[in-house]
Amino acid sequence: MNKDLTKRLSPGHATCAGCGIPAIVRTVLGATEEPVIVSNATGCLEVTTTIYPNTSWKVPYIHSAFGNAAATAAGIDAAQKALQKKGKIQKKAKVVAFGGDGGTYDIGLQALSGALERGHDFLYVCYDNEGYMNTGGQRSGATPYGANTETAPVGVESFGKGQQRKDLMEIVKAHGIKYLAQANVAYLADLKKKAQKALETPGPSFLLVLQPCTNLWKFPTSEYVAIGKLASETNFWPLYEIEDGNYVINYVPKERKPIEDFLKTQGRFKHLFGERNKEIITQIQAEVDRNWEKLERRVASS
Amino acid sequence: MKNNTKKIKALTGGYAVAEALRQVAPDVLAVYPITPQTPIIESFAKMRADGDLDTEIMQVESEHSAMSATIGASAAGARAVTASSSQGILYMAEMLPIASGLRLPIVMAVSSRALSAPLNIHGEHGDVMAVRDMGWVQLFAQDAQEAYDHAVLSIKLAEELELPVMPIMDGFHTSHTTERVEVLPDDVVRDFVGERRTEGSLMDQENPVSYGTLALQDTYFEFKIEQNKALHKAGAAYARICRELSVMSGRKIEGSVESYHLDDAEFALVIMGATSGTAKEAVDALREKGKKVGLLRIKMYRPFPQKEVARALAHLKSIAVFDRALSPGSYAPLYQDVVTTLHDSASFKHEIASYIYGLGGRDTLQKDIEKAFTELEDKDMSSKTRYLQ
Repeated sequence: MNKDLTKRLSPGHATCAGCGIPAIVRTVLGATEEPVIVSNATGCLEVTTTIYPNTSWKVPYIHSAFGNAAATAAGIDAAQKALQKKGKIQKKAKVVAFGGDGGTYDIGLQALSGALERGHDFLYVCYDNEGYMNTGGQRSGATPYGANTETAPVGVESFGKGQQRKDLMEIVKAHGIKYLAQANVAYLADLKKKAQKALETPGPSFLLVLQPCTNLWKFPTSEYVAIGKLASETNFWPLYEIEDGNYVINYVPKERKPIEDFLKTQGRFKHLFGERNKEIITQIQAEVDRNWEKLERRVASS
Repeated sequence: MKNNTKKIKALTGGYAVAEALRQVAPDVLAVYPITPQTPIIESFAKMRADGDLDTEIMQVESEHSAMSATIGASAAGARAVTASSSQGILYMAEMLPIASGLRLPIVMAVSSRALSAPLNIHGEHGDVMAVRDMGWVQLFAQDAQEAYDHAVLSIKLAEELELPVMPIMDGFHTSHTTERVEVLPDDVVRDFVGERRTEGSLMDQENPVSYGTLALQDTYFEFKIEQNKALHKAGAAYARICRELSVMSGRKIEGSVESYHLDDAEFALVIMGATSGTAKEAVDALREKGKKVGLLRIKMYRPFPQKEVARALAHLKSIAVFDRALSPGSYAPLYQDVVTTLHDSASFKHEIASYIYGLGGRDTLQKDIEKAFTELEDKDMSSKTRYLQ
């Protein structure tokens, strides 16, 4: 494997075949030559890279619990400030926190909010695979409407998850941080650019990165890039950034593909294609279009 | 050190702990307010505001984050401290075994308080008893002086053991009561605690370490045994550090347990925390009447000083164990520890009664304690738990 790519996260790890998480981590950490310290929430990334006595991490790394990657990162930031003041360290490393959507949208939201509000110097990266995948595919605040999950299963009375996903970007933006962006593992060049900007931003910055999960979105292991691309080509997952409060869309599909093109690639939406759930697909399409228009209006008023 | 350099001050327990922390000058103090702990962090924040310190104070959004940030800072090589009480301690409970499992020398000053529900903000040991199996060293202070001493020495003890330490004082009875406290000079405290060694921290970019790995069926067991062995070294380390502090301060500072009129006693009380002072008054009063009574005060509750307790109580006939907490559904916590400790010793022949006192801040008077001694003497030793209501 490319030595440069694996400089910070080694090729020896235990993520599933066809998982994009290592690509996200390598792209983000590869976006800087500066020293970094990683704080990681409990989840897929953590359990697949730290099986004792081995570690895949070639940079200082800490995992302590599920809901506190941001609070732990904040503690490291405070420690560096204090140690620098005392002359014990010359230079601060950039603290980068990684969490899945469960650890970010749900159990870690309060800790993230606190760390953003206090203005710590750190980058928080949420790899969003739209559910609790490490525990076997339960619904989270990031799971899309209509998806079949273990805790929002399809049945005679149920079409899967009955609620819309949280708009985490708007929640994070409301903290007034200088830089945040939505990215997608299928667009690594775009992710790298955003990671560079985020890492160069003094104070808190945030990246929300779509991570299609081969296991629990239920698609072949070879397809994660293709499915990631469809998420953005259908406007289900727009690529955009918010810099000093100003919105910029980074990718506008020439012709927006219908949402069915994305949904039909995945087992978690299979039930929507029966006669009974046609209406749900119409609703999802309407929601995607509404969200895109909202985003365009935000760009226009920036 | 010359004793004449120490200062005598009138301080509350909370202020005394803040004063000790100011002298220790931790790198990071992560705090979240809760009564009756707040006097510690408020006093400390004022000292910081007055320019006495350059500690990074983190005003976090919850106790869970207070302990998480402390863990992050400590793993990064900083001297990291927090303080809490009651619900706050339970809110951070998830992080407590992680702090000890990661072998981080964190100090959390505690003003102990009752647990909800019903809501009660007053002194009790229910909170710290609920977390007694989290792998932390737990030290109980009798008064503001000892709260000060413990806050000074906990940092040193934690860093020596590479384990977190919880110096505990009784909420309100100690945290809010003004007492005479001998304060050591700043430079003496700083020399005593020294600098934290930062090898193996997250700061090391040349030899990066991974904290908080996943240990499965083949290794987890060994991790826990090693950690427990390390915790058991706390008794000897604490005794030695107390001796050092005795020399420095010119005050006699006991190790894990303090014996009070125990040598020739026939009846004794085992107790810890603030009510020990009242209990000593009761012992004095009964001694004046010619009663052979004594007291054993537990200063270090975790690890439980089994040898010291067994040795101190071996010759007694009857013992009353005083708990300021329940262990709902079983015998009271300290009572359990004393009974199992004595049962383990070769000459188990004691009669041991269990008394619960002071829940939710209820006052415990000298006459209540004297009554317990009378019951011991009268051989009123049924196994049922008695409540000093």
